[in-house]
Amino acid sequence: MSRSVSLSLRDVHLAFGRHQVLRGVDLDVAQGATACVIGPSGSGKSTLLRTVNRLLEPDRGDVLLDGRSVLRDDPDALRQRIGMVFQQFNLFPHMSVQRNITLALRRIRKLGEDEAAAIAREHLDRVGLAAKADARPAHLSGGQQQRVAIARALAMQPQVMLFDEATSALDPELVKGVLALIADLSAQGMTMVVVTHEMGFAREVADTVAFMDAGVVLEAGEPAAVFESARHPRLRRFLSQVL
Amino acid sequence: MDPLRTLWETFFDWESMREALPEMITVGLPNTLILAVTAALLGSALGIVLAVAGISRTRWLRWPARVYTDVFRGLPAAATILLIGVGLAPLGMQVWGPNPYPLGILALSLIASAYIGEIFRSGIQSVEATQLEAARALGFSWGEAMRRVVIPQGIRRILPAWVNQLIALIKDSSLVYFLGLLASQRELFRIGQDYAANTGNQSALLLAGLFYLALTVPLTHVVNWIDGRLRHGRPATGPADDDPDDLDLALPGAAGGNQR
Repeated sequence: MSRSVSLSLRDVHLAFGRHQVLRGVDLDVAQGATACVIGPSGSGKSTLLRTVNRLLEPDRGDVLLDGRSVLRDDPDALRQRIGMVFQQFNLFPHMSVQRNITLALRRIRKLGEDEAAAIAREHLDRVGLAAKADARPAHLSGGQQQRVAIARALAMQPQVMLFDEATSALDPELVKGVLALIADLSAQGMTMVVVTHEMGFAREVADTVAFMDAGVVLEAGEPAAVFESARHPRLRRFLSQVL
Repeated sequence: MDPLRTLWETFFDWESMREALPEMITVGLPNTLILAVTAALLGSALGIVLAVAGISRTRWLRWPARVYTDVFRGLPAAATILLIGVGLAPLGMQVWGPNPYPLGILALSLIASAYIGEIFRSGIQSVEATQLEAARALGFSWGEAMRRVVIPQGIRRILPAWVNQLIALIKDSSLVYFLGLLASQRELFRIGQDYAANTGNQSALLLAGLFYLALTVPLTHVVNWIDGRLRHGRPATGPADDDPDDLDLALPGAAGGNQR
């Protein structure tokens, strides 16, 4: 794994037309730490995640990796340093599992076919799917697809990983395996931002939990503080509904 | 004379057909294929460009693509072929001499590209935006993400419509006879028509029609086969398959992405 970095968001604003989705978000994730972002639907969690790798450009505010603003970097180069995993997996359906992983290695990293294949197999092995290298994504279960998506992101040796409700689209019995994989990554010191509805996971794995509502982080802190002694009434109401 | 018999011989006079057959095979068929295949390749390549321009975020690409498509889809094919084939003939004369093929192929390609561009555009737009997002999240530029991920998927979905356009091209290739062809340049229709005009018997033209059907009917079945396979998945040969992952084979120069 390449050296992970610290991540900070400073006063991030973003509007879609007249709809203010992010209204000044601050978030700090120390090097190697895991931040879980929780909150009701429509609170801006997924949008926030996309400002980190600039799939969406913030209107105002700053995104810092190791204290350095990334907003002037080449966005394509930036995204090569940041892995992202989506709710709907978003594997490329017209390619084999292995080629889903080797595509960016070959075309962006410019690795040779054999080297890329070796890396792909190593990462498939890591997520327990070495046997599925030649399968098409459609032939895999949702849980398997998501593990391939994680392998695809990790193969690029990212310094930060972003998870956008990675288990929300999975059948309940498949959630555990994917969460265990994310927890493993966290334990290995990957800097991560995990948007999730899995409160048990957040409590156990996160170093920081941030509660978002209506485009701002209303409360953030250690899991115990957020879950057991929430100060903000909005957070207390949210927790009473989801726990 | 029995009118039914006359009618029969007007269309099914074996002697007339046998007379026309050698030229149909050695001259007409190759020429029809040259016209149709070349125009299909050029039309598809240009169609991809039009499709990408048509969905570009830049209005200076979108707008010309729109106008181009409207014009070449809106004009009758015969008018376009005459306008280009005759109108540009003095220019063509200086470049490649008195050969109507280049301009005929150009006109056919321009017409085909307008239709194919629309087909490709709808295919590309049918690919979920999340695919583009996933590719960009990996670090691909917009162009590379389109070329490696979105366009190959879009093209698969519109293969049936694309093959239909090839069928139309095979038929429209007969219109180049407007441009005046030397004996060796005649394609299927023109040869059939010449024989029919000389003998007053339509059998040779009917034979030409049979040649067209021999080309187009199998293609319509290819369309149905592709359509069925896309709908129901590939035949059960197990999950492993060895076909290339991007669709580089069907459209040289169109999908790009050569295996380098």
